[in-house]
Amino acid sequence: MLIELGHYALILTFSIALIQSVLGLIYWRKDNRIAEFVRLAAIWQFFLTLFSFLALIYAFVVSDFSLSLAYQHSYSLQPLIYKITGTWGNHEGSILLWILTLTLFNAAVAIFGKNLPTQLRTLVLSMQGVMVVAFAGFSIFTSNPFARLSPAPFEGTDLNPILQDIGLALHPPLLYLGYVGFSVCFSFAIAALISGKIDAVWARWVRPWTIISWIFLTLGNVMGSYWAYYELGWGGWWFWDPVENSSFMPWLVGTALLHSAIVMEKRNALKIWTIFLAIMTFSLSLLGAFLVRSGILTSVHAFASDPTRGLVLLALLGFFIGVAFTLFALRAPSLRAGGLFAPISREGSLVLNNLFLATATAAVLVGTLYPLFLDALTGERISVGAPFFDLTFSILMVPLLIILPFGAFLSWKRADLIAVTQRLMGAAMLALLITIIIFMLTGRRISLAPLGIYLGFWVSFGAIADLIFRSKFGKIPFRESIKRLFRLPKHIWSTALAHLGVGLTVIGVVTVSAWESENITTMQVGQNAELAGYNIKFTVAEERKGPNYITEHFEFDVTGKNGKTKKAVSEKRVYVASSMPTTEAAILTYGLSQLYITVGDLDVDGARVVRIWFKPYILLIWFGPLLMAGAGFLSLSDRKARIGIPKLAKNRLSRNKKVKAS
Amino acid sequence: MTRKQKKLTLIAGLGLVLALAATLIFTALSDKITFFYSPSELVEEPIGVNQPFRIGGLVKEGSWIREGKKNIFIITDNAEDITVIYEEILPDLFREGQGVVAEGSLNENNEFIATNVLAKHDENYMPKEVVETLKERGEWKRTEDGENN
Repeated sequence: MLIELGHYALILTFSIALIQSVLGLIYWRKDNRIAEFVRLAAIWQFFLTLFSFLALIYAFVVSDFSLSLAYQHSYSLQPLIYKITGTWGNHEGSILLWILTLTLFNAAVAIFGKNLPTQLRTLVLSMQGVMVVAFAGFSIFTSNPFARLSPAPFEGTDLNPILQDIGLALHPPLLYLGYVGFSVCFSFAIAALISGKIDAVWARWVRPWTIISWIFLTLGNVMGSYWAYYELGWGGWWFWDPVENSSFMPWLVGTALLHSAIVMEKRNALKIWTIFLAIMTFSLSLLGAFLVRSGILTSVHAFASDPTRGLVLLALLGFFIGVAFTLFALRAPSLRAGGLFAPISREGSLVLNNLFLATATAAVLVGTLYPLFLDALTGERISVGAPFFDLTFSILMVPLLIILPFGAFLSWKRADLIAVTQRLMGAAMLALLITIIIFMLTGRRISLAPLGIYLGFWVSFGAIADLIFRSKFGKIPFRESIKRLFRLPKHIWSTALAHLGVGLTVIGVVTVSAWESENITTMQVGQNAELAGYNIKFTVAEERKGPNYITEHFEFDVTGKNGKTKKAVSEKRVYVASSMPTTEAAILTYGLSQLYITVGDLDVDGARVVRIWFKPYILLIWFGPLLMAGAGFLSLSDRKARIGIPKLAKNRLSRNKKVKAS
Repeated sequence: MTRKQKKLTLIAGLGLVLALAATLIFTALSDKITFFYSPSELVEEPIGVNQPFRIGGLVKEGSWIREGKKNIFIITDNAEDITVIYEEILPDLFREGQGVVAEGSLNENNEFIATNVLAKHDENYMPKEVVETLKERGEWKRTEDGENN
């Protein structure tokens, strides 16, 4: 019964969204009652979808296998957490999660956007309504998660074991919050194009939504990367897999949007470009959804390769992109260009940032789609893999990283490059010194790695230098500087921290790619192996039983350079219901580095192939983006980035109070 | 600088970066891609030694031998066979009779030295290239298109 109610709630959402979007798009200019209806409809849709989603979760939790979806993706012996996450560990459920996130954002716009001009809000929510119609329709008509089975089976067929992990609880929801969040920016762009009102104030309203979405997309990607790293047992953290690319491209363009919106907000320039980026970011999110869900690509993410679904998604993609770019083509020429600036200026550096991010996205896009086009046109089957992306992407990133520290130092409109270079000299020299020391101490051979390491340090120190200069260290008494440092506006801090995150990520990527070491060997229990100064002793190999799997359980004693011994556990599981095997890698963390051990099949003479990697400073790869996301939250808490128009009177009052207090 | 000069500087810079990026992408595309072959295609159009490519098909029943950490098996499309040597841990879902894709190159003895072996991520999944190859060869005989999970 609850399942039918859930289904009904989803249909209601669809219907309300249909009325909301039609009425809203026709009467946005005229009627305040319609505006209020559009606003409330967004909130209702959220609660209805939430109910419908909870109904689905409930069916999974109580193992109601009369629900076809639960039968296919759940199992009564599964731990509770995987019963819950299994709800979206499949095509139908994940689409429902997508709709839930969409309606969540719409409700947020409706609630927090009360201060937005009524017409703008109505237009944005109506556009969002069109999306709800599209995706709820897609769910109801092609991917119904509430389909029943009769007679109900006694037992389910289990969730894909790779997905039975805490990663499934985090990665898809975070990623969807990012993907779908950008739909708000998209709708803001469409609303601006329809109404013709595009100015600095518009940019100020869009920026918080951009930041929120960008934060979640960052977290979703990091989580996905770390999950793939520890779960798939290949020891890799990024594969340039088309599916990864399709979540990376919106991130790249979203990052560009984040920066160009600043220029628009501050200087009323780059309007057309910002609108274009807002449209592109969500279009690439949709492209990602299409690539992943249509089954065009072969990947761990491709749940469903039902051609109808693929076609419907392609049609939706075509519709949204088509409408957006038609509007863009019609309206963009009439937008007036805003503030002027010299090439050497904050704006100029942000333009370069956008240029390189956009071209890097284009390179990734070409590499991702080229095999598909070639296959469709000539039937030739190729794969564009890591070598292509490593080459193109990293070369395009080099100039971006070189100019990055300058950006924050340059002043708006017109800047003095020589003065800025002098200020950054310290950071440049320090980075050079550290790079040289590292290479002297470790005696590495000459390669591209020093350049990468240098860039990483350069960006990191550049970010820190910004904070140091702004708090006038060395120019005023030290205590005063410390005070100033902590009183710096949050957006200064968040810029510096985010850029520091970029630098740290670069350092991690380079150290792992250049100096990772591995040892593949056959071992029997009791034998030892050596790698990078660690001694690994194979101590235990036995059969064990888990809740819904049987496992070969292996233990190793790893003795580090300091003589301390840690236990590492690796498993090879076979899940009972699906008889599918998975490998659980043993991972030991030493500072920022990790030792990663996987075990292969039993050999004829009772030995095991054991693969051991040492991954120096690998944690920086994920720590960097976490810092970026944290910086995003910080920037969001800055008064300047509040959603909607800040309440002027109140703010003036509080500002006055602050002035008096200090 | 006048307004016009500023604009020109920006446009010139933009053009330069775009030209660089385009060159980069096209060089990389002609240079860094790997082609996919089935064992039969390999016989029809042989490939030079040490030239990287991908090969896909089924792991031939009874062909998998292990010598220490060395795995030797045969990839077949039921018309032609090719011996593959892989000195690392095979993926969990590597099984005889199942679909597989290997990346690597040929050695002098016409054996395929794999640098990477991809098996499917789940029970029903089969690399798409393999499905197409088998279909072309008329060897495709699965009744259900098992991707409906």
